[in-house]
Parts: sequence; structure tokens; C-alpha cells
Amino acid sequence: MHPPARVRLAGLAGRCYNHGLFWDAKVGSPMIYFDNAASGWPKPPEVLQAMAHFMERVGANPGRSGHRLAVEAARIVYEAREGLAKLFGVADPLRIVFGLNATEALNLALAGLLMPGDHVITSSMEHNSVMRPLRALESRGVIVSIVHCTPEGGLDPRAIEAEIRPTTRLIALIHASNVVGTLMPVAEVGRIARRHSLLFLVDAAQTAGAYPIDVEAGAIDLLAFTGHKALLGPQGTGGLYIGPRIDTAELHPLLRGGTGSRSEEEQQPDFLPDRYESGTLNGVGLAGLATGVRYLLGVGVAAVRAHEVALTRQLLEGLERIPGVVVYGTRDAERQTATVSFNVEGMEPSEVGLRLDEEFEVMCRVGLHCSPGAHRTIGTYPAGTVRWSLGYLSTAAEVDAALDALETIVRRR
Amino acid sequence: MGEQGMAVVLFPTTQMAIRAEQLFRAEGIQAKLIPTPRHLSSACGLALRFSSAQSERVRRLLEGAHIPYGDICEL
Repeated sequence: MHPPARVRLAGLAGRCYNHGLFWDAKVGSPMIYFDNAASGWPKPPEVLQAMAHFMERVGANPGRSGHRLAVEAARIVYEAREGLAKLFGVADPLRIVFGLNATEALNLALAGLLMPGDHVITSSMEHNSVMRPLRALESRGVIVSIVHCTPEGGLDPRAIEAEIRPTTRLIALIHASNVVGTLMPVAEVGRIARRHSLLFLVDAAQTAGAYPIDVEAGAIDLLAFTGHKALLGPQGTGGLYIGPRIDTAELHPLLRGGTGSRSEEEQQPDFLPDRYESGTLNGVGLAGLATGVRYLLGVGVAAVRAHEVALTRQLLEGLERIPGVVVYGTRDAERQTATVSFNVEGMEPSEVGLRLDEEFEVMCRVGLHCSPGAHRTIGTYPAGTVRWSLGYLSTAAEVDAALDALETIVRRR
Repeated sequence: MGEQGMAVVLFPTTQMAIRAEQLFRAEGIQAKLIPTPRHLSSACGLALRFSSAQSERVRRLLEGAHIPYGDICEL
């Protein structure tokens, strides 16, 4: 299973992925984009077309008026909800609420749910999008336990269970590390949460669209996702799945305001999705996300995963062959996402990143990746790592070329 | 569609109306999204208009799918 031919052709000698002016500008460029964990790129051309169509032909507010353009906008937003529901095994699409990104969704889940005196358990691999809201809540009386992970970034579910107390309300867990890609034992932790009648929040920023997710099988009550990474949508889209075990009266919205419903009332609606969607949604962004998700449903997440596992294996094997390169994480493509962290002995990550970009047009992210706890866990704090993160539209030829570039940098160091 | 023999079902919010419309379509019930008639509700949002002969089926479908709805009104 591979991406469509025109995408696979996009490689070194010149990108044939030539749709519209933007793509024309890139033809002939040897640019390699390995920063998909920060933002997925490029997007399928259908996504751009759907967004242009929304701006040119729809444009109206998706949740307000009843005229045909407003209804069309609302249908597009619904399509995004429905597609994501299919992707995550959610029975009722209205249980998916939209916002700006995974960070907003995680803030809604954490700040909306946790009250002073509540206890929450999380891992040492979390992104700042979980840790910073938790530290702020801690200063207001929420009690936070952090379970330490292995140097590969893995988690023993029993360590989570050992932290459970009578006041524990929530377990919050990253699905896969944004630093080393290590997949967390989500289903096992979900079962533990159910057994102890706790709520379970999963941060799927790195996995939604790239790795199969089923909220029922994972016993997931809250799933935070972002639209602009593996879901192939644009930046400024994301959201939260809110499962039936969540009492909406106990999940306070981050924002209150106009929803286009119950306009005669000055109280925030209590029903989904309006309770958590005040103000006009990012209609154009959701048009792109709906199309990205439709594309993914067509290809199948299993096929995306198979492609990414193959590329990750190729990348890991290539890195092992370069003397002086230290790879972090599981070093097992099956146990991680297509995100790989490494360092070059005797070089700062920032220097490696700069030379990759300036001399070879390989784009990646270096440093701490908004996850100081994860770097402490794997032993790379404070310098951080060089992170290569691949996506569904990455190619084997790009992996080979990036490895050649790195080998040259290492040899000349 | 004329008003004769028609009914509308009101929804608290637009996205519910669209979810119900999809369900009706899958079940072969013709329905049209319309702005909520003012004389039926002061709420903004959308309603679905369908043949009143289908009222009982519509009620059963909405309840089976747990879609919250307001009233079903004959026009």
C-alpha cells in the first residue's frame, strides 16, 4: 500500500506534485520536509481546493442563519465531524467538538474537568500542552502525579495503577511521544481507568490519522486531536471527542458566547456540540479538514500506518549505519510513530539542524520540542535532539537523501 | 413542497438538524432543512420539514438514534 503515484513521484529530482501556483514554485526543489510532527506538509491538493471552494462559493457562518449558504457551510462542518467520528469509532458525530488545535482541546478537558482536591495521573513523556495546564491547575489545588517512563519513552501501565487514590478523577496520557514517537499502552491504561471508574484523556496530536484509534476499544473518554498534522487539514483546526461517560454539567467550557442556538437564553447551552463551540467556527479550516479526513478514510489509516512503518524502519536502519549517530526511543518501527530523535556525537542539535537546512534543504526540528519532561526521561535534557518526523506523503527516496545528507555532515564534522 | 400535509421537527441546534437529515435520507424519508418558523419557536436554528404522514416514523428514528429534538408540529 503506497500513496498515489503522483505523490510517490514527489522526490528528489524535482517534485511532480504540481498542483496550482504553490506547487509550481516547488518544482525542481530538492527540499525535504521532515517536520510533520510539528505540522503536516504537504497536504493533498483536494484539501486546498476544498478551502478555496469554501472561500469562493460558501463563506457563510456554519451555525447561525438558515439560508442556503449557511446550510451548506453547516453541512461541511458536519462532514468534518462525521469523518472524524468514523475515523475514531465514535457513534455520535455530535460528540466531537471543534476548536483551534489539540492544545485548546487539552486545556478544555483539563481545566474544564479538574477541581481543587481532584487528583490526576499523567506520564513523564507529556507535551507542555498537558504539563503547563496541569501545573497551573496544581497551583489552584489540583493534585498531580507524574509516572516516570523508561529511557525509551515507554510506560508500564502498572505504574499508573499504583498511583490511583480515592481522590483520583482522571488519567491523562499522550498517545505517542512527540519527541521519540514511542507509542503508549493506551488500551491497557484505558482498562485500568474503567476498572477504577476514572476518566481517561488521550492526547492524540501525534497519532490521529497516522495510527488506528478506536475510542471504544481504548476506553477513551476524552480524545484531543489536531487537524493540521496526520489528519491532513490546515492549521487552526482541532478538537475534542467527549464520550458518554462525561457529564457535560461537570465539564466547564473554556469559552461562553454565541452558539446560534437558544438565543433567547443568557445561559450557555448544556448540549453538544454547542456547549463547547461558542463563536464562529473556522469554517474554511474545517472544509479543509473534512477533505483531509475523507482522503484518509479513502486510503485507510492501516495503509498510512504501513507506509510510515516501512519508512521509519528504513530511516532507523540508515541511522544505525552512520557511526557517531545516537538514536533515542524504541528503535523499533512497530512500536513508534514515524518520528525519530537522534544526536550526532560532538555536535549540538542546533548545528546539525542548521546544516541540514542550509546545505541540504532538509527541514526538521531540533531542541526540546515543547517537552522538557520527555527529554529528561530519555536523557537528552537540556540540549535536546534532532527530530525527523515523516508523514504519509514522505517517500523512501527522501529518506535515502536525508540519510546521505546526514552522513556527509557527520563525516565533515 | 406546499405546506399542506407537512410537518416540521425542531432541533436545538443546526448540527443536530443536519445529523437528523442524514438519518432520514438513509431511511428514504424526504426532508428539507428550513429556518425554524418564527411562530413555532423563538430559537434560531434549523428545522426539518417532511410529510406529516411520516411523523411517527420520524419520532421513532430520532429516539432510536438519541438525537435530541424539540417538537414535531403540523403545518
